[in-house]
Amino acid sequence: MFGINYEIIIIDDGSPDGTREVAEQLEKIYGSDKILLRPREKKLGLGTAYIHGMKHATGNYIIIMDADLSHHPKFIPEFIRKQKEGNFDIVSGTRYKGNGGVYGWDLKRKLISRGANFITQILLRPGASDLTGSFRLYRKEVLQKLIEKCVSKGYVFQMEMIVRARQLNYTIGEVPITFVDRVYGESKLGGNEIVSFLKGLLTLFATT
Amino acid sequence: MTKLAQWLWALALLGSAWAALTLGALDLPPSCREVLWPLPAYVLVSAGCFALATVGYRVATFHDCEDAARELQSQIQEARADLSRRGMRF
Repeated sequence: MFGINYEIIIIDDGSPDGTREVAEQLEKIYGSDKILLRPREKKLGLGTAYIHGMKHATGNYIIIMDADLSHHPKFIPEFIRKQKEGNFDIVSGTRYKGNGGVYGWDLKRKLISRGANFITQILLRPGASDLTGSFRLYRKEVLQKLIEKCVSKGYVFQMEMIVRARQLNYTIGEVPITFVDRVYGESKLGGNEIVSFLKGLLTLFATT
Repeated sequence: MTKLAQWLWALALLGSAWAALTLGALDLPPSCREVLWPLPAYVLVSAGCFALATVGYRVATFHDCEDAARELQSQIQEARADLSRRGMRF
C-alpha cells in the first residue's frame, strides 16, 4: 500500500463471535508477516490490549482502530499524510470537524455525544475536537509513554491519553473521519456509561 | 495547576472583584452599581443560553454520512467475494 511497510496486529480477547477463526484464516491468506494474531484468553481491557499489541509491533508508528468496520482503513493514508505534514506525535481522527461525521446515530445519541463533548471542551480545553474517539496514529514511543501514565478505563481512557499528551507537550494533528456505527450488532449507550464518563471527566478535571 | 484550580482561581478573582465593587470599594455611581449587582446571574444565564445554542447547532449540523455507509456496504460485498476466492470460509 503506497510503498508503506505495514503489519496488522489483531488482539482478540476470546470474542465469542468467531473473530479468532477469521483472523487465523486471514493470517494464512496474507502471511504471518503481515497479519499478526496475538490473542488473549479473556477480556482484559483496552489499555493492556495496547501494551500487549505494542510488544509485538516492529514499526515506528502505531495506528489504533476498531475492528468492526466503524473505523475505515481508507483514512490510514490520510493519517500518515497528516503526520508527515506537521511531524505530529499523534494524529487523532475526529468525527466533529471538517468532513467528519457519523452514520447510524439517532437524535438522542447525537445529543449526548455533542453535549458530552461540549462539557469536555469547556472543562479540559484539550486542544483536540474529538476526545472519545479511538481511531488514532501514535509515534510508538509516545504511545508507550502515554499508556504508562494513564489510569482510567473505557471512554475516559481515550480522553486521558489526549490530556496527558497535552501535558507532555506532544503535538496533535487531526483528520476528519466518518464513523459508521452498527454495521454489525447493536450499539447502545446506557446510563451506566454516561455516569462513568462524567465521573471520569470530573476526575481528569480535578487532577490534570 | 489543575483545570479545577484554574477555575477556582478565576472565580475567586472575578468574585472578589465583583463583591468589592458592589460593596463600594471604588465610589461608583449608583447606575453602575445597579448593573454590577445582578451581573453574575446574567452571566450564568447567558452562558447557559450559549451552551444550549452551541450544542443545538452542533447536533443539527452533525454530518450524517450516508455515502460512507453505502460505500462501506458495497466494499464489504467486494471484500467477501475477494476473500472467498482466496480461500476464506465464512
